[in-house]
Parts: sequence; C-alpha cells; structure tokens
Amino acid sequence: MLKFFMTAGAAALLVAIAPAQAADAKPNDAQIAHIAYTAGTLDVAAGKQALAKSHDKAVRDFASEMVRDHEAVNDKALALVKKLNVTPQDNPTSAALKAAADKKRDELAKLDGPAFDKAYIANEVAYHRTVNGALRDTLIPSAQNAELKALLKTGLTLFSEHQAHAEHLAAHLK
Amino acid sequence: MNHLRFAALAFVAAVTPPSGGLAAATHVVVIDRMKFGTLPAKLHVGDTISWVNRDLFRHSATARDGSFDIDLPAGKSGTTVLRKPGAIAFACKYHPGMRGVLHVVK
Repeated sequence: MLKFFMTAGAAALLVAIAPAQAADAKPNDAQIAHIAYTAGTLDVAAGKQALAKSHDKAVRDFASEMVRDHEAVNDKALALVKKLNVTPQDNPTSAALKAAADKKRDELAKLDGPAFDKAYIANEVAYHRTVNGALRDTLIPSAQNAELKALLKTGLTLFSEHQAHAEHLAAHLK
Repeated sequence: MNHLRFAALAFVAAVTPPSGGLAAATHVVVIDRMKFGTLPAKLHVGDTISWVNRDLFRHSATARDGSFDIDLPAGKSGTTVLRKPGAIAFACKYHPGMRGVLHVVK
C-alpha cells in the first residue's frame, strides 16, 4: 500500500515536471534557478508541517534536517542569483511543483500520528527521487553558468543523501 | 617578510611531528561540498584531527564505534584527539554517505 502511494506520488511529480520539458527542452538559467529554489522552499514547508504535527523523534530529526539543509542551499542560491544579476523566472515546472506540493500538504494535514509520519516520509522519498532525477537529467546539463551548475551539483549530492535517509526511515516505519 | 617566514615556519612546526615522532601532530581535514577532504595517511595515537567545515550545511564527524561525535555547524570547526590505534570508521550522522576511515598507529 505504501509502495503504491510512493509510486503514485512520484508519478504525479513526474507529470508535474514534464510540461516545461515538453515546451522547452532546455530551461534557461533564470528558470533553472526558479525551479531549484521552488523545490527547496516546498520541502522546507513540508518539513515545517511535519515539525508541527509529528511526535516521532526520527521523523522530527529528519524534518529538521530538511528545513536546515534546504534553507542553507536556498540562501546560497539567492546570493548567487543576486551576484549574477539574474532574476529567477517563474515557469510551468515551478508552478506544477507548487500545485502538487500544495495538494499533498492538504492531504497530509488531514492525517495524524503514525499515519501522518508514514505518508510524510513516503512523499519525501518520492519528492526527492523526482527532484533528483530532474536535477541530474535536465537542470544540471542545461545550466550555463558554472557557479549555478556547481551549486546544483552540490544540491544533487545533498538531496541524494536526503533521499537515502528518507528511504531508510520509510523502511523503519513500515 | 621575516614575520611571514616566521609565521610559516611556526605553522609547519605546529602541524608536523618532529623527526623523532614523539610529539603529537594536528592534522586538518576540510569538509566542503558534501565531502570530507583528503585524510592524513599517517596518524599516531595522541594526534589531533581538526575538522574544518567550510560547507553550507551542518555536518558531524561521528565515529562508528562511538569514540567521538563532533557536531560541525556550517563554517565551524571542532577537534578530535586520537586515543587508540586502529582503523576508525566515521561518517556524518546527518549525511551518512559522507564517510571515511582514520588509520591510527601507536
């Protein structure tokens, strides 16, 4: 059952990421910055929701790590776009990511206790898997600026750690 | 210039054990971009590891055997004094893919 939800979540996000790729196979740096920043902000919001709702220490520790790490990388991203004089550009991929995350947040808001913990962590697995796929296959190869590309690569290493951590927790919560 | 030279010599003296190998040395391990930097090849009991976190993220240097657990907020440093010989596996407890092994001899 859990597996089904994870797969469904990942599929929804894949669909969410697809439109911009179809419309423009290569997002520009201003769009890439916007997508990466949005993805981070959404995971910070998910972490804050978990900190407000969960009583499980392992889940709370994970959520704190998500808030801390994603805020750190987003602070760096903001400083970088300012330095490069790039204005992050909203785009269909960012909008779709936000719509999917808003929907998930509403679903999670209705859950409590272990049911919330399982659903939150399952979504974190799916979310990081999807964002990491987008970083690896689309955003990093498309990025033109070397500093942006380097930050995205660090982000991919970081988020891969998050994905592994979430997968470990998901197995533990079964 | 002389001051600089003196400072450089003093620094080398501080981090390099004398040829007799009796005095303890301090070895710097830099953490950046989600990785522990190069680990010193030769470590002796009594030596100190200075963990320097230059990354954006909070990390830790945590021994698998529990002998040390150094919290390293972004931009901060911490030290570990090596108390026993052997191979000591360690990792970042927040990002366990970041890991290494310290090889310590007597």
